[in-house]
Amino acid sequence: MVRILTRRELNPNVTMIEVEAPRIAEKALAGQFVILRVDGRGERIPLTIAGTDRERGAVAVIFQVVGGTTMALNEKRAGDTLADFVGPLGNPTDIAGVKKAVVVGGGVGCAIALPVARRLKEAGAAVHSVIGFRSKEFVILAEEFRALSDSFAVTTDDGIFGERGNVCLPLKKLLEEETFDAVYAIGPLPMMKFVAAATEPYRVRTIASMNPIMIDGTGMCGCCRVRVGGEMKFACVDGPDFDAHKIDFDEAIARNRAYLSFEAEARERHCNLYKKENN
Amino acid sequence: MYDPRPTKYPMPVQDPERRRNSFGEVALGYDEETAVKEASRCLHCKARPCMNGCPVSVRIPDFIAEIAAGNFEGAYGIIAETSSLPAVCGRVCPQEKQCEKFCVRGGKGEPVGIGRLERFAADYHYAHAKEGTDLPARNGHRVAVVGSGPAGLACAGELAKRGCEVTVFEALHEAGGVLMYGIPEFRLPKEIVEREIGRLRSLGVKIETDSVIGRLYTVEELKTELGFEAVFLGTGAGLPRFMGIKGEGAKGVFSANEYLTRANLMKAYEEDSETPIYRGKRVAVVGGGNVAMDAARMARRLGAEVTIVYRRGMEELPARREEVEHAKEEGIAFRLLANPVEILTDGDNNAIGLKCVEMELGQPDGSGRRSPVARVGSEFTIEADCVIMALGTSPNPLIRATTEGLATGPHGEIAADEEGRTSLEGVFAGGDAVTGSATVILAMGAGKRAAESIIRYLKGRK
Ligand SMILES: Cc1cc2nc3c(=O)[nH]c(=O)nc-3n(C[C@H](O)[C@H](O)[C@H](O)COP(=O)(O)OP(=O)(O)OC[C@H]3O[C@@H](n4cnc5c(N)ncnc54)[C@H](O)[C@@H]3O)c2cc1C
Ligand SMILES: Cc1cc2nc3c(=O)[nH]c(=O)nc-3n(C[C@H](O)[C@H](O)[C@H](O)COP(=O)(O)OP(=O)(O)OC[C@H]3O[C@@H](n4cnc5c(N)ncnc54)[C@H](O)[C@@H]3O)c2cc1C
Ligand code: FES
Repeated sequence: MVRILTRRELNPNVTMIEVEAPRIAEKALAGQFVILRVDGRGERIPLTIAGTDRERGAVAVIFQVVGGTTMALNEKRAGDTLADFVGPLGNPTDIAGVKKAVVVGGGVGCAIALPVARRLKEAGAAVHSVIGFRSKEFVILAEEFRALSDSFAVTTDDGIFGERGNVCLPLKKLLEEETFDAVYAIGPLPMMKFVAAATEPYRVRTIASMNPIMIDGTGMCGCCRVRVGGEMKFACVDGPDFDAHKIDFDEAIARNRAYLSFEAEARERHCNLYKKENN
Repeated sequence: MYDPRPTKYPMPVQDPERRRNSFGEVALGYDEETAVKEASRCLHCKARPCMNGCPVSVRIPDFIAEIAAGNFEGAYGIIAETSSLPAVCGRVCPQEKQCEKFCVRGGKGEPVGIGRLERFAADYHYAHAKEGTDLPARNGHRVAVVGSGPAGLACAGELAKRGCEVTVFEALHEAGGVLMYGIPEFRLPKEIVEREIGRLRSLGVKIETDSVIGRLYTVEELKTELGFEAVFLGTGAGLPRFMGIKGEGAKGVFSANEYLTRANLMKAYEEDSETPIYRGKRVAVVGGGNVAMDAARMARRLGAEVTIVYRRGMEELPARREEVEHAKEEGIAFRLLANPVEILTDGDNNAIGLKCVEMELGQPDGSGRRSPVARVGSEFTIEADCVIMALGTSPNPLIRATTEGLATGPHGEIAADEEGRTSLEGVFAGGDAVTGSATVILAMGAGKRAAESIIRYLKGRK
């Protein structure tokens, strides 16, 4: 049992909670994640660690409401408890030797991208951020990114906020103008696929953070398998970050939809609370 | 009185028709009368060959004599001298390859039902005995046990009995290892595993679930930061293998571990569980071990037509005999001497079938097993919207990836000697993590032996 310390809605679909987990707060590094269960009957779901406060023993996660478990999580308030909170899992994002980077975040992926940007900055790297959303109402963490970045661009599909279009346009502009040590892409699979395609001609090292369906997070079930460079990798122990130019995104996209019909049912059960952003 | 009956007294079982939809235990156990009769079939040979077949040398003829005399509690006491999990082992040990294989009565007819009698004695004990809650006198030593499968549980229990302060760290949200997430309820009721864990707790063992060692604390940090004097690694062999064939990434393709974990640990078959499980109509299970049988029988209970695809013959199936029989009774088809070469998919990357080749057994190899070879031009297809891979597992990867200086073998197994000592001082290991996937009793035995060796180590340090 762990206690929720604070709760804040970042947009109509995305909520941030801080959980009391001092042991995890002590150890977690950017790029790592937790697996949680809301209650004793619940599913185990992975969420990236969005920040830690060691003094208060707090670990923050930011989640988008997409299905049964995230809906149930969104019903919890500060002071409520969660059945399980396991972490830190996965390998921290590799920033070794990176002096100048682009961090690309898409949708709720920005929650995962922000700690990576922060860690790069703390390590003395120049950080250029490009973040993208479907529309203005879904924008999250834009101020946080702007504040720490050497250059900053935000896009929305409809252009009501920031530049119109997707993240690839500002990204390509950056790549045309300067050279970078690495591009970090974190967001929906189709976005990461496009980013990988966009950076390929520039031969810049591109790292994507994969988010396949997971159960145990210790390499035991194999359901988080992704194909990278023709080899099977387990995202929970080998990742979640992989060389974006080698990932078989099409297979990953198909696999992530494996439980679609079941989730539709779970949503029915929670339907009055259901809010969805399709990204 | 000696009972000359040539065959075992039959084990009462749930009706095969009914159990297709039932998750309750299949084998129901002997009653007292039948147990006494079965025990009376033992010849009490001087040489005690059965004991040589037992990895932990349970004093088999002695406990059987107690049952025959109606002293069931006495029988339990004898088993418990050498086995930490009798109720479990009585149910899941491959007796036909161990104790019962050497039983003289098996020469003509069937061996004595040693496993059934072990189970009877253990069940009797739990139904009748009141366990004392006397805490053993503490010796002041603190030991960390990583993993709560049979190896970790046996090690923790033994150390606690000797007075050590033991903390078990388990990655999952429930303790028990494979006993909890792998072996299904219909073969090993979870209540039995929970009872064993309750017993450890009453000995003062602390169990910290949701604690992934290697990430939360490294093995080194368990010693330096948390102050444990010794560490036992019983992290098992859970890393599933795949075949590397086309279509393995398709939807509807699972490792047996994923399938069984969803079903057992996450209770996905229950109405109110939030965890989804893929209810295939036609399920193909690839493999021939206990894991394959369990996955197949679980799929059957979830309403599927199930075929087991195995590359050798019926004789070579490595699963427990009894499970193979139960699987057949439940209507599971066996497609033997067949090996998958591709998983066929539709346009949306859903599995729709399994392309296989027929195999024939060639010359025996070094280990005496006849290795299968493909017959040219023998390809055929099995229709399947769900394919479960039960091809064996390798040791869990996290510890070796995060523990500097820990020697490991070619398959990622932790290198440890007979006494469980690893290449690192004060770090011990045993069970599947060391041997690769094996059996409950071997893991339990290794955990117990390592506990002895930890005690010696701790004494030597003082
Ligand atoms: C390592 C890792 C880190 C993650 N970090 C975050 C995070 O920081 N914030 C966040 O909001 N989400 C994150 N995710 C995704 C998150 O785990 C899923 O959104 C969550 O499991 C959905 O659970 P649910 O029961 O609410 O929805 P479900 O009912 O399970 O699913 C609803 C919809 O979400 C899709 N979906 C299911 N699982 C995933 C998944 N793993 N990834 C993407 N889509 C999925 C389904 O196909 C379906 O369309 C992460 C995933 C991984 C593997
Ligand atoms: C489906 C199935 C059916 C089987 N049927 C039989 C049978 O009928 N008879 C038989 O004798 N054997 C059977 N076996 C094999 C038997 O279960 C194993 O040999 C035995 O459980 C091994 O015990 P162990 O303690 O070494 O490991 P496990 O039981 O695998 O336990 C290891 C534990 O360590 C935990 N762990 C792993 N890594 C970490 C970490 N980094 N930090 C913390 N915890 C960690 C795991 O979560 C797990 O709980 C079966 C196995 C399976 C999968
Ligand atoms: S989540 Fe089970 S192996 Fe990665």
